Amino acid sequence: MNLQTAAIVLSLSLTLATAAAAGPREDQLAQYAAAAKATTPAFAGFSAARGEALHRQKFAGGKPATPSCASCHADDPRSAGRTPAGKTIEPAAVSLSPARYTDAAKVEKWFKRNCNDVLGRECTPLEKGDWLAYVASR
Amino acid sequence: MKLRSRPVALGLAALAFSALVFGRAQAGGGHYYPPVADPLVKEECGSCHLAFAPAMLPAKSWQRVMNGLKNHFGDDASVDPAQAERIAAYLVANAADTGGRRYGGKLLRGVATADAPLRITELPKWVGEHRNVPDWEWRHKDVNSKANCAACHADAARGYYDE
Repeated sequence: MNLQTAAIVLSLSLTLATAAAAGPREDQLAQYAAAAKATTPAFAGFSAARGEALHRQKFAGGKPATPSCASCHADDPRSAGRTPAGKTIEPAAVSLSPARYTDAAKVEKWFKRNCNDVLGRECTPLEKGDWLAYVASR
Repeated sequence: MKLRSRPVALGLAALAFSALVFGRAQAGGGHYYPPVADPLVKEECGSCHLAFAPAMLPAKSWQRVMNGLKNHFGDDASVDPAQAERIAAYLVANAADTGGRRYGGKLLRGVATADAPLRITELPKWVGEHRNVPDWEWRHKDVNSKANCAACHADAARGYYDE
């Protein structure tokens, strides 16, 4: 009986916690997490630190003009970036661009384009989640 | 009396001059291309580069551009089919040669009606207008690309391409 009550209270509070954090950005992160876990059972959550390393890493597989995420989005996601054709890109950091990453289709569209341009391939759910965790933490 | 009227005359002259310049800027002096007004077109065509005014190319060119988004000057700029259809309709409806429009007429000078050029920067009129821009300016880090109109034309986003 006691155990049952505890279980109910626990599941209730978990639901509440999830509801508090829920938003399009969190939903998408949860989807990436599920996909990451499906391919890597040892997956233990996204890492902003790994996301930062990815952001700065220089790849050879993509276009020579854009070897890294930072090529267009600036080393520091709190700075504005610039496209090769000279358009200003608002900062990638969520703290400065709070409306970002709230449209799942748009996020997927840009991951697809940008990962192909930078890495020469699509990004994995782990890479996407890590990068989102990074810019959400900045 | 003579001394007193001098500043007034000077002021009037300055006013007349700025009115002239302003008037030309308003009329565009042939350098006004109405900017993209459709939010979807602005978003899809204006994320990587300035959303080029549809009046800069003939309708045939825009159809070619929209049919080749998978390889858009080396980039994959594809959008979903329903959106692509809406964007194409807007670009064609506002193209340089649609409905006897006068904007952009000059930019089409030297372009045969059967032609569908893809690059604005290769139109004979564009090349002529930019013939005096030295190479180092094109390569300047703040310019970087001939598609970066706003680097020199400060009011490009509002449709004004005067010097």
